[in-house]
Amino acid sequence: MNIIIVGCGRVGAQLAALLDAEGHKVTMLDISANSFRRLPSTFGGTAMVGDGTDESALRKAGIEKADALVAVTQGDNRNIMSAQVAKHIFNVPKVLCRIYDPLRKDIYDTLGLEAISPTTVLAQLLKARLEVQ
Amino acid sequence: MYIIIVGGGQVGYSLCKALLDEGHEVLIIEKDASKCERINDEMGAVCMRGDGCETSTLSDAGAARADMFISATNEDEDNLVSCQVAKHKFGVPRTIARINNPKNEIIFKKLGVNYTVSSVNLIMEHIQEEMPTHPLVHLITIEPEGMEVVEIRIPQHAAAIGKKLKDLPIDPASLLCALIRTGSSPVQPDPDTVVKAGDKFIAVVSPSIEGQLRSTLVGA
Repeated sequence: MNIIIVGCGRVGAQLAALLDAEGHKVTMLDISANSFRRLPSTFGGTAMVGDGTDESALRKAGIEKADALVAVTQGDNRNIMSAQVAKHIFNVPKVLCRIYDPLRKDIYDTLGLEAISPTTVLAQLLKARLEVQ
Repeated sequence: MYIIIVGGGQVGYSLCKALLDEGHEVLIIEKDASKCERINDEMGAVCMRGDGCETSTLSDAGAARADMFISATNEDEDNLVSCQVAKHKFGVPRTIARINNPKNEIIFKKLGVNYTVSSVNLIMEHIQEEMPTHPLVHLITIEPEGMEVVEIRIPQHAAAIGKKLKDLPIDPASLLCALIRTGSSPVQPDPDTVVKAGDKFIAVVSPSIEGQLRSTLVGA
């Protein structure tokens, strides 16, 4: 699969490494070249400096031929905008994004965006671990 | 009307002032505490501190009864999200987003934000309205008479091409002082000079007849 990942933070870089190791064609997009230091030396995909909410940057990253896009920058709103542009402007078949704010995630759930809130997921995970004791 | 403005920067602040003067009920939502304080000191309690994309903030702001929602921060993604939250969560009938990157105007429309204001596109529209291909450029103003020294370029399809200056209705109050043609030295145009495409005239005019001179020489 052709996969674009917007945001090369810890999560983005780790996801990129996993997908790359499985043989997917991964393109990383981040506004800072410095972020690409998080990619492993074995990473065989493409790393591009660019704004993942910008139409032309996404085009350069090959969004027109992408099978999936994952938006995992630090900003909820940037992720939301990037995901919406991918889904509604470029019709990317699979679009995922991270939204820290659980209430904002609920709104975009109803608007048809596939989002994950790490806040909710982690809170539930921590609660489950506590209950094991 | 009850109007909520997100962002207390220059745009949000001035908008708030103008809307208050028109007698509307206005609330600004601003993240920065010191900006908030400055606005409240000047205009009374019109600014609430908070994130205009957050449901709880909008709920406290009474977004559900707002007639209009304007997102005027300098981050396009924030303006997009706050307008979408206001529209879909609180059912605000009219949402307006400020656009900083002119390319986003089309994207916002496709994503359901109907009203957008892009300052760059607005200024461009005005420029194009005023001078379709920018054929008239102001060089200097001569004070106190207020005369303008302008450069007029003759475009490809101007009606004046092939005509002698004396046959054109040029106001005698304007002075064509120099003609510059590529490949030759500047000359002083005379009544028998024939206008060619690409000619550049330097003229001294008063602002009141500038428009007439432009349409005579440049108009199609």
